[in-house]
Amino acid sequence: MSSKNSSLITNPFSKNNPITVQILGICSALAVTAQLKPAVVMAISVTVVVALANLIISLMRNTIPPRIRIIVQLVVVSALVVLVNQVLMAFVYDVSKQLSVYVGLIITNCIVMGRLEAFAMTNKPWDSLLDGIGNGLGYAIILVILGFVRELFGSGSIWGYPICEKLGLYNIGYENNGLVILAPMALILVGIIIWIQRSSDKTLQEK
Amino acid sequence: MKALRNFIDKIKPTFSEGGKLSWLGSTFEGFETFAFSPNTVTRKGSHVRDAVDSKRAIFTVIIALLPALLFGMWNIGHQTNIATNADWGFWYEFWFGFVRMLPLIVVSYVVGLGIEFTFAQIRHHEVYEGYLVSGLIIPMIVPVTTPLWQLALAVAFAVILGKEVFGGTGMNFLNPALVARAFLFFSYPTHMSGDKVWIAADMWGTDAITGSTPLGDMAVNGSTQASALDMFLGTIAGSTCETSVLAILIGAVILLCTGIASWRIMLSVVLGGGLMGLLFNAIGGTPYLDMPFYYHYLMGGFMFGAVFMATDPVTAAQTNCGKWIYGLLIGIFAVLLRVVNPAYPEGMMLSILLLNCFAPLIDHCVVAGNIKRRKKRMEVKA
Repeated sequence: MSSKNSSLITNPFSKNNPITVQILGICSALAVTAQLKPAVVMAISVTVVVALANLIISLMRNTIPPRIRIIVQLVVVSALVVLVNQVLMAFVYDVSKQLSVYVGLIITNCIVMGRLEAFAMTNKPWDSLLDGIGNGLGYAIILVILGFVRELFGSGSIWGYPICEKLGLYNIGYENNGLVILAPMALILVGIIIWIQRSSDKTLQEK
Repeated sequence: MKALRNFIDKIKPTFSEGGKLSWLGSTFEGFETFAFSPNTVTRKGSHVRDAVDSKRAIFTVIIALLPALLFGMWNIGHQTNIATNADWGFWYEFWFGFVRMLPLIVVSYVVGLGIEFTFAQIRHHEVYEGYLVSGLIIPMIVPVTTPLWQLALAVAFAVILGKEVFGGTGMNFLNPALVARAFLFFSYPTHMSGDKVWIAADMWGTDAITGSTPLGDMAVNGSTQASALDMFLGTIAGSTCETSVLAILIGAVILLCTGIASWRIMLSVVLGGGLMGLLFNAIGGTPYLDMPFYYHYLMGGFMFGAVFMATDPVTAAQTNCGKWIYGLLIGIFAVLLRVVNPAYPEGMMLSILLLNCFAPLIDHCVVAGNIKRRKKRMEVKA
């Protein structure tokens, strides 16, 4: 793998993270991260959709008439999302219930449309696939951080395991934080991640 | 005083540029100006407005808070005394409240000032004094039984995310004290509302005696036993230092006489609350809607918010016309939330935070409107 190709995967983790730098896909990042498990399932779903949509659109890119390209992209994304939704319902039904409309809303996720428009329409299939995987994983890492912090401090557990209770924290007066469960605190946590990222990487700071 | 001055002058070179402890310069500067008025004068720019610097203005606010604080301490003991039939004297009641109140104040100041000094040191600027007021207000607007670790967390949240991320004192758009209270309210609702938090059971423990506030009574039962006079004097259950309208009014007089706080905001908040109360009276139907409108001033944190929180010069509207709009809307929303939304018995906190967010927009509209009006006048003449 050439250095250009590997940067397609690694860039979305740091300098070009879809959530903290491009500020895309915030809505679902706030909605599904109250617990770690749905956050991980959502992250995998989005990664699969972005990667495959990027690949398919990139293969078709020379045959799509420019005037109707958005609708073609939407058809491809919708088909993939329906597939993902069926798979989730078949194998992880309870998580699928928890995620409710947010699986369907992957269709309108700005990251998916953004990558198709910005990358897949003008690049070769292999590059596009890597770019899709990279961006999906960049989205995933933020979701996992959010899900971990919010479940730990909001519900006192990790992946459903009641860690705070097992450690006996409740007996010494510790309590779960109700605010962390609410969406506003998820937004504030995203803000803190952006703050930390920009203070460590000066090139990201606006003049 | 002379000796202190000499001492400070003697150790000053150590902390100045090039000195051994120059990395602690901001901390030293903070303590020096805490003790003595700085003799430096702003030499350029057009922002020189007053002979007193912000440190002296802030001490005036603290003096204005003292009546409410002292009354609140006594009232903490008084409420426990009534609830337990303990037959305590006046001084023991005060002592009880003092012992309960002191840890809250100490935690608030230690955590808050610790963070402020750290940030000042990292960013190499002087320590701003804004937190001296916020740090005193935060323990005054929470229930007496608030666990200290929760208070510390709320203070850290308010100072870092309510203030320092925006650049420190003077740059925040939300009132830090209310951010701390909102954090507590949404994080640990069982410690911030209901009827099991307002009265301390003993001097050292964290247990509470069941006893509801008049505001809670109105929201749940539609009636309250407390008389208007009790509520005016403040001998009722409630957050530590917000119960006495009388003590708060003494503070208001101090703030208004010294010109520190805006009379426009105070008056318009009171007018807005009264208007909404009268409107609800006119609609009528339920006991809460029929409640005399001036009860809203006497219950909960309405007056404390109007006098000490809405008038915060950093987060309030700046234009005179904007101050009227800002204040009126605070009063209106506070009473609206109280009466209409049963989930939030006290609307003052959320109402002030909401209008804090809108204050810049209000100012912008007032200024834009002013420019437009003057432009029109100019065109007519030409």
